[in-house]
Amino acid sequence: MAAISREEVAHLARLSRLAVTEEELDTFAGQLDVILQAVAQVGEVAAADIPPTSHSVPLTNIFREDVVTPCLTPQEVLSGAPDAEDQRFRVPRILSEDVAS
Amino acid sequence: MSDLTRMTATEIAALVAGGETSAVEVTRAHLDRIAEVDDRVHAFLHVDTDGALAAARAVDERRAAGEELGPLAGVPVAVKDVLATRGVPTTVGSKILEGWRPPYDATIVQRLRDAGTVMLGKTNMDEFAMGSSTEYSAYGPTHNPWDLTRIPGGSGGGSAAALAAYEAPLAIGSDTGGSIRQPGAVTGTVGAKPTYGGTSRYGLVAFSSSLDTPGPCARNVLDAALLHQVIGGHDPRDSTSIPQPMPDVVAAARLGATGDLTGVRLGIVSEFVGEGAETGVMTAFRESVDALTKMGAEVVEISCPTFAYALPAYYLIAPSECSSNLARFDGVRFGLRVGDDGNRSLEEVMSLTREAGFGPEVKRRIMIGTYALSSGYYDAYYGQAQKVRTLITRDFTAAFEQVDALISPTTPFTAFPIGARTADPYQMYLADLFTIPTNLYGGPGISVPCGLSEGLPVGLQVMAPTMADDRMYRVAAALESAVGTFTPPAL
Repeated sequence: MAAISREEVAHLARLSRLAVTEEELDTFAGQLDVILQAVAQVGEVAAADIPPTSHSVPLTNIFREDVVTPCLTPQEVLSGAPDAEDQRFRVPRILSEDVAS
Repeated sequence: MSDLTRMTATEIAALVAGGETSAVEVTRAHLDRIAEVDDRVHAFLHVDTDGALAAARAVDERRAAGEELGPLAGVPVAVKDVLATRGVPTTVGSKILEGWRPPYDATIVQRLRDAGTVMLGKTNMDEFAMGSSTEYSAYGPTHNPWDLTRIPGGSGGGSAAALAAYEAPLAIGSDTGGSIRQPGAVTGTVGAKPTYGGTSRYGLVAFSSSLDTPGPCARNVLDAALLHQVIGGHDPRDSTSIPQPMPDVVAAARLGATGDLTGVRLGIVSEFVGEGAETGVMTAFRESVDALTKMGAEVVEISCPTFAYALPAYYLIAPSECSSNLARFDGVRFGLRVGDDGNRSLEEVMSLTREAGFGPEVKRRIMIGTYALSSGYYDAYYGQAQKVRTLITRDFTAAFEQVDALISPTTPFTAFPIGARTADPYQMYLADLFTIPTNLYGGPGISVPCGLSEGLPVGLQVMAPTMADDRMYRVAAALESAVGTFTPPAL
């Protein structure tokens, strides 16, 4: 049985903000199915009482001294932006037409 | 003067320090070599000719002024395109960052500059370091100098190939699941993954933040240790950087080179010497074990039963972290923006940008990670993988109560032909079968050339406990003293 359907892959693509093509959906559905069936092997391990590990270095709450250090200029920060205006990142429209007007 | 490009980093640094050659001369020799062979190898995505010559001139001026130079001053280094380099293009092998010139240097790059090394340029890699062959680079594959029809490993195939093609004596890589060690193994070079937190991730474009570890690549163990010493150590700009002094990896490499391993206990991972590896790989590995035994090491077999689940656990954890990390590529702050016609919404522009900017493997991993983190699947996939990670760590801890270091072949197979595994993504993942457990545990691992199989290099991996990076250098240097280094056929 397939682990994942073409419709589920389309849903994942939407969640992932990937405007995939119909052709890609066909390819990815088969490939993701193979990968998911393989990685599902982790379920064979008896680990009900085992604590999870998110990180190999047990460090928490790393702070630095609250002192002023050199930082990038606004011009440097914006130097790689696709669009900038008035020392700000310029973004595409975020509200729909009727809300904006 | 014999060919400067054939020398070790140690030899080059001594010649520069002694005034027998100049850093500029060394740099020109390597730039000439790149011009001669890189159209066939394609190790570099960007060659910074002007920056390299300027850095070399600065070293020569410092020497002329009587300043004391560091142990690698004047030595050229190739840097994987995953590290931010101020004013120098940084693409991570992806179209989504094409043309981006970072406004800052990664800590490792800054340390390379401070040490007087000369950055030649940026090396090719699988897009966002996701891959085992460098075929997933958006800018075309790198070719293995041992056989140009074969892969140089990945994701750091560019760095490894630059070394094997004598385009650079030193290189920087990054290892999330084997991306330094596996390319080292298949190109006959040395690649070391330091302890996680032992080298700074500041300025390293993130793929899987709990696993990503930058580290040194070289043609011999001592050079790798010298580079490790230059780039390693605590960095306050990385919240996961270990605030402890690094072990003396250079002294360990020198000790190992004496060829004496008396009193060193080594464990062969039983799960990795069964049917998983090619015959030729196993033959070279077994001969190396004999060599290690002859030098006085006590070698036993040790079972690490959960290592069998490291690959599936990794391919849940790494994609999960990647799906989160790569959300920053939204077409707003840097890189590509597609479809912004004034009518489309932010979300539409974002989806079109990511569709156009990411390649197929990156898309697959983002979607797998999104799936594994979804409510309803989280416990069975991501949560369970994190528990398996705990068990893998326990297997390492138990093993290191019995032995000083673990050994295995670095990879199950030698360099495969370009195109052989791209049709089936999971077949590509198997290249990292033996390197992944170390990443999940967080300890250091090194690949050192140990022989040839049908004319192609084989690597032996040494894995050591967390913050005992010195141990792996000692064992690797000892093996190198017994088996020597390996030279590819002339290009």
